[in-house]
Amino acid sequence: MFAPALALLASLLLCAPAQAGTVQVAVAANFTEPMKAIAADFERDTGNRVELSFGSTGKFYAQIKNGAPFDLFLSADEATPERLEREGGIVPGSRFTYAIGRLVLWSAQAGVVDDQGAVLKGNAFKAIAVANPKLAPYGAAAIQTLTKLGLLDQVQPKIVQGENIAQTYAFVATGNAELGFIALSQVWANGRIKSGSGWVVPDDLHAPIRQDAVLLARARDNNAAAALLAYLRSDTARAVIHSFGYGT
Amino acid sequence: MAADAGYAATWSAVALTLELAGLTTLILLLIGTPLAWWLARTRSWWKGPVGALVALPLVLPPSVLGFYLLVALGPAGPVGRITEALGLGLLPFTFAGLVVGSVLYSMPFVVQPIQNAFEAVGTRPLEVAATLRASPLDTFWSVLLPLARPGYLTATVMGFAHTVGEFGVVLMIGGNIPGKTRVMSVQIYDHVEALEYAQAHWLSAGMLVFAFVVLLALYLLNPTGQRRIGAGP
Repeated sequence: MFAPALALLASLLLCAPAQAGTVQVAVAANFTEPMKAIAADFERDTGNRVELSFGSTGKFYAQIKNGAPFDLFLSADEATPERLEREGGIVPGSRFTYAIGRLVLWSAQAGVVDDQGAVLKGNAFKAIAVANPKLAPYGAAAIQTLTKLGLLDQVQPKIVQGENIAQTYAFVATGNAELGFIALSQVWANGRIKSGSGWVVPDDLHAPIRQDAVLLARARDNNAAAALLAYLRSDTARAVIHSFGYGT
Repeated sequence: MAADAGYAATWSAVALTLELAGLTTLILLLIGTPLAWWLARTRSWWKGPVGALVALPLVLPPSVLGFYLLVALGPAGPVGRITEALGLGLLPFTFAGLVVGSVLYSMPFVVQPIQNAFEAVGTRPLEVAATLRASPLDTFWSVLLPLARPGYLTATVMGFAHTVGEFGVVLMIGGNIPGKTRVMSVQIYDHVEALEYAQAHWLSAGMLVFAFVVLLALYLLNPTGQRRIGAGP
């Protein structure tokens, strides 16, 4: 009974390349698509296994503080990784900005959002979706943009809040909100907005949305995790990141 | 200043939650009674499918329910088209939308205890009442309702408490608007996400105590009634 199972186990152990390992990565929801592509490339190139979890930054912070088995954390902001660093939860010196997010005002329908964002001034919409500015950097950037344009007071009563950028996207994609501020990466493909209509918000209307990555303390001896972190800075990965509309 | 604003936000969320739970329970008792009656008495082939539909929220993740509600109530969804044609506008991001979602979400918690109670009463007391020439309405008020009292108690308490604890659905179709759709569970989630653990603890502990007291009261008041909540018919 046991012999075949043992043989299988032994062959599995022998087959595995010497340095191949597994990396558990917590990824901010807005970086879902690019990270899937990067992880696939990395697995193919190195033989390591990458397991991705997607979610919101605040939830990941709580989970990490309470022993979640993540090796790498790709945050949607810079404040949370900084906080983890202060608290001694990361491998010192591992923190860096892997992507700079871009904000877009988007509608699922063509012709709703013009390419100057004048639709905001026109005010002829019922609901505008914005990620919770307290929780999501894209939400904070959206509020900064509205403030800078002098339109916040006018638009405020029409704001519906998503708890993260993925839910905000759902509000707009289902048409329940005619338009909303989301991450460009959610609607960007092949150098253009892939459906509906949108206005890519100029960078000078809000503080840069820096997204930082850190190697978490438990991954101190995980070579695969360190390799993936280094891979994120490679030209190959950066090309992928740019192709989804992020800066680096 | 900030603390005052925090308290105001908390109380507004608590008040909104109680209003939502109260209204939802009332609606569910009204539509749940005939539904439970039909389920308890019918021999129709439809009993199975209808019973399964009522029980669906017990097994579905609230995010599934919330997601489909968002799609169905939206401008391209079947319900959304009807509400817009009727001049009601769209339901997501409104209090009315939360009520609709909560009624669906809490339905089994109200219908099943009432159905169980009706089944336990059986047909005999009603037949006796009929031979004594009681009208159907009189039979309902003077015979059926008193006999089914434990079921109604369970249904009311569970419908209310379950709606208070609702999260996934209100998160999905609410839009987190203060004073309009930001209920307690969402407020707590916001606090946790924002790493405001002190506020999260206060509200969460409040919810925990509330849930325990409600269930304890139910068990003390209803010792012979439906002890196991969520058990099917």
